Amino acid sequence: MIGIVYYGAGNIFSLTAALDRLELNYGMIKKAEDFDKYDRYIIPGVGHAGSAMQKLEDTGLVPSIIALKKPVLGICVGMQLLTIHSEEGDSNLTGIIPLKTRLFSEKLNIKVPHTGWNKVFQSSNNPLFRNIIPGTHFYFVHSYFIEFNSIFTIALAEYGIKFSAVIQKDNFYGVQFHPEKSGVAGEQLLKNFAHLV
Amino acid sequence: MKSSILQTDVITAGNDLAKRIIPCLDVKDGRTVKGVNFVSLRDAGDPVELAYQYSRQGADELVFLDITATHERRKTIVELVQAVARQVNIPFTIGGGINEISDADVLLNSGADKISVNSAVVRNPAFIDELAMAFGKQFVVVAIDTKHINGKNYVHLNGGRIATEIETEDWIKEAESRGAGEILLTSMDHDGTKAGFDNSLLKKINNTLNIPLIASGGAGNIQDFVDVFKISNADAALAASVFHYGEILIPDLKKVLHKHKIEVRL
Repeated sequence: MIGIVYYGAGNIFSLTAALDRLELNYGMIKKAEDFDKYDRYIIPGVGHAGSAMQKLEDTGLVPSIIALKKPVLGICVGMQLLTIHSEEGDSNLTGIIPLKTRLFSEKLNIKVPHTGWNKVFQSSNNPLFRNIIPGTHFYFVHSYFIEFNSIFTIALAEYGIKFSAVIQKDNFYGVQFHPEKSGVAGEQLLKNFAHLV
Repeated sequence: MKSSILQTDVITAGNDLAKRIIPCLDVKDGRTVKGVNFVSLRDAGDPVELAYQYSRQGADELVFLDITATHERRKTIVELVQAVARQVNIPFTIGGGINEISDADVLLNSGADKISVNSAVVRNPAFIDELAMAFGKQFVVVAIDTKHINGKNYVHLNGGRIATEIETEDWIKEAESRGAGEILLTSMDHDGTKAGFDNSLLKKINNTLNIPLIASGGAGNIQDFVDVFKISNADAALAASVFHYGEILIPDLKKVLHKHKIEVRL
């Protein structure tokens, strides 16, 4: 069963709706003891990374999250929270994955926010991408991105620059796109996450 | 093991963002207003059923414009948004009658991905700033109805019925600087004509815009979509009747766009 870290950053209606459609069971994590009830976790997140981190700090759940050994999936800002730092509000984040979250530069001559369906290319047969072909479109909406890294980037997207669409370090995964809004492919990814061993 | 694709030069990165196809549904009292002609529909007036069908066909996003005027409107709109969010696995925007932060807040928490504001922000431009501050600019679509008069483009209100003295180009710049995350531009001159989008205006606007542009008004056939993307390079194209009456099927449209080397999600 999936535990959703409940810390008040953005709405989770669409995420729980997607899990309901897929008949995946879930519950909410509001205090440290709740982590034991679940075998995997989702950290959602919309909005400002700095204020999301502040809200997460306020729950007191950060030390428990850092110590998790079971699969964790950060979505959008929830993914960015896994990194060390975001240029959004010059914010220090959990630092679980040693990467930085940066603003799309004006020099790239692209529209920001990056809004819409972008191709995603995974690097290997990661079980998160089971039954998803390389080059599948996922739905993105974000102004900040996680830099590409040859160790932790397991899928990349190109939008003026190559950046991390999906990152992984040990049991921690992060997706910049919204699987709950990414059609059949997004649902497949959520199912794959639910079945990660 | 990393494949070679991850090791290519970061500097030469291209752009794999697809152009979006967006059906627009007018909704009143929780029912779709314009006639819909889908053979597969059990209930042609049910916006949720219709939204689901569009998502299955390959629509990239949906826009619902609510024109309910009764005092029950907030309740019916929230029920609609929740039902769509439960059923549909693609993003959607809801517009109509959003005048306060609390209107937007309840829609966000009901599963809407974006809200569209039109007349309300022309009357009170600071509302754009408030919305962007409260929810992030990605949540704020500023919809603009424009009409060409004596060589200039003017913003119109209330579904195009009321003219203003505000020039469209100026208003778009202001909306962007105040925190709009996207512009939905409807040409009143082209809307309903099925003679194609207003490509020259859209191109002119798009060249100066740093946020996504949704083209609206005038779609009549598949070539019109090819033209709007080729000429204006708009990020998305929105249409209603050509989709509702089955005159254009989204899978056919996307195949043709793909053949013209326009990036689409197939």
